[in-house]
Amino acid sequence: MAKYKNQVLVCAGTGCRASQSEDIVQNLVNAIKDNGIEGEVQVVRTGCFGFCEKGPVVKMVPDNTFYVHVSPVDAGELVSEHLVKGRKVERLLYVDPETHEKISDSKHMGFYKKQIRIALRNCGFINPENIDEYIARDGYQALGKALEMTPEEVIDEIKRSGLRGRGGGGFPTGLKWELTRKVKAEQKYVVCNADEGDPGAFMDRSILEGDPHTVLEAMAINGYCTGASKGLIYIRAEYPLAIERLKIAIDQAREYGLLGDDIFGTGFSFDIELRYGAGAFVCGEETALIHSMEGLRGEPTVKPPFPSESGYKGAPTNVNNVETYANLPVILLKGAGWFSSIGTEKSKGTKVFALAGKVNNVGLIEVPMGTTLREVIFDIGGGIKGGKKFKSVQTGGPSGGCLTEKHLDIPIDYDNLLASGSMMGSGGMIVMDEDDCMVSVAKFYLDFTVEESCGKCAPCRIGNKRLYEMLDTITQGKGTIEDLSKLRNLANVIKDTSLCGLGQTSPNPVLSTMDNFYDEYLAHVKDHKCPSGQCKALMSYIIKEDACVGCTLCARVCPVDAISGEKKMPHVIDQSICIKCGACFEKCKFDAIFIE
Amino acid sequence: MAKVKSLSDLKKMREELQSKVNLREKSDHPEGMVQIKVAMATCGIASGAKETMDYIVNELDNRAIDAVVTQTGCMGYCYAEPTIEVTLPGEKPVIFGYVDDKKAKEIIEKYIQGGELVDGVIPVTYETIDEHNKE
Repeated sequence: MAKYKNQVLVCAGTGCRASQSEDIVQNLVNAIKDNGIEGEVQVVRTGCFGFCEKGPVVKMVPDNTFYVHVSPVDAGELVSEHLVKGRKVERLLYVDPETHEKISDSKHMGFYKKQIRIALRNCGFINPENIDEYIARDGYQALGKALEMTPEEVIDEIKRSGLRGRGGGGFPTGLKWELTRKVKAEQKYVVCNADEGDPGAFMDRSILEGDPHTVLEAMAINGYCTGASKGLIYIRAEYPLAIERLKIAIDQAREYGLLGDDIFGTGFSFDIELRYGAGAFVCGEETALIHSMEGLRGEPTVKPPFPSESGYKGAPTNVNNVETYANLPVILLKGAGWFSSIGTEKSKGTKVFALAGKVNNVGLIEVPMGTTLREVIFDIGGGIKGGKKFKSVQTGGPSGGCLTEKHLDIPIDYDNLLASGSMMGSGGMIVMDEDDCMVSVAKFYLDFTVEESCGKCAPCRIGNKRLYEMLDTITQGKGTIEDLSKLRNLANVIKDTSLCGLGQTSPNPVLSTMDNFYDEYLAHVKDHKCPSGQCKALMSYIIKEDACVGCTLCARVCPVDAISGEKKMPHVIDQSICIKCGACFEKCKFDAIFIE
Repeated sequence: MAKVKSLSDLKKMREELQSKVNLREKSDHPEGMVQIKVAMATCGIASGAKETMDYIVNELDNRAIDAVVTQTGCMGYCYAEPTIEVTLPGEKPVIFGYVDDKKAKEIIEKYIQGGELVDGVIPVTYETIDEHNKE
């Protein structure tokens, strides 16, 4: 049906465009015309191939030949050799860094094996509101298979797979199930933690919106293994679409007999209900989550007792995160051996990340454990926006830390991230560039924790507030060098003495930025300067006398009348009135205003 | 629909459904069908995926093109929402990004009706489980 015999795909992602991919397109079009094949070949601009390091890239379809580092002068040769004579242009092929062989088909490039979709396998593929499509993609087969095994066998399979909790802590999932199974009780519960609260994280929401049945199926398997007949999904009310799709999925599963009594005629009964949270961050902590479901205040309690012994309404309760559940059906169908072949020694499988911040390709990605931050940010993420310099990447949300250039080549897994002062967390990944002030970043996360602290224990409630105030003083330029040691001491005390995970991890953004960007803190307190020019109190807009032509534009846009001067004479900004809004800076046509 | 009473019921059902999903069989001549999936997670909807889907459904109707338009979850290309995946009969699926009404019209006219690609194709940059297994 295709009208054209060949198509030439030229990457028009930000990275390739910066290295003249638009000129390549024009030259290709011209060369194609010169060769008189414009009726057979079409040139198409595409989104980012994610191979920016090797850009600009050009791909020939249908033979899938992939050319790298193409420059506009190569266009003629590509057309006359590849398209007209059917010969590959060897010198532009990709060379495998390990084998040093030339690879022409992108499918064989290691690069395209950077992402594997296991938890996201159905996201963006099936219609989430239609159970038939899930069943067609092997849905509920794993439940059927599990019910033919003994619970011990299923748990053993999960233990051998090496799956660890994807909510952040990384507790071995199989072990958690075994602990709940061992406790004897008439009623047990299975809970899905869908209280995704990290700023900028949306992995769980995407799974629930794109593939709700996988969570239901895995919860039923969990129920069979732990001996629970009831499942509860704790989801925040601010995820209305996920809630709607879960409701539809539950109804459909009940209608098909995949939830309810006597599933598959095995006598096993299991049903699932939803519980809504009001969006408190602390309710992602499992004891606080359980109290919230019980109708109590969402406050954590000391562990032990663990929920596996005494959880929801005092009954043994197994809490797992959405993404953990999404992995389970695949593990049972493909086997523990298959799953554990992916990933690193202690962290198996893949991890979903919500890649956000100053990268070109913001999105939802799933990479095998052991992928480096560099691969995620520069290959998959397409590098930093606007060609700026990479400064830091924040993982683990408010509980995590900021990693720097020197951490870029560390393989991502639970233990490595912890060792480098951050944590896996639920999978938020926020990239920052040279324009970001790290003190302000720490302040931003502290602001969040102060807001979200439940207030039960003093270190978290009062300590974080004080931390925030100190950071605020520093960004105002009123901090002293003593403040820095106070900051570190207090952060360590909060870490050591808080009751739950929220408080124990809340100083991490401060500590990790102090470790990695101490000179920025110093610049704030010693020189009273913000190196990235983000802290408003520490910068001033100044008019260069010799560049100012006296057009009066700046004076007219200034909202507080801080700029004065005669027409055609250099103007002056009164720093005591200036509110640093930047309006004059943006409007000046003569680049006469600079930031100091 | 009858309830699933056993695992073999489910397996039988899967066999039947697999062909159905592959062809999105809503027509008597599925081989001539165009399949379009619109990524409709919160991110997609916020960027206008609903309007895009409505527009596509109406426009295909106006042009009497035999097609199945379904919704799906997040495809992961959040930077290029709304995203849609178009599968022409006998062709591999192609994903397009930034699909507003104007882009949708272009895709329908040029790609679906004319068979020529349009700018804005998003290359697939991940492996599926099955692809991984083949390695």
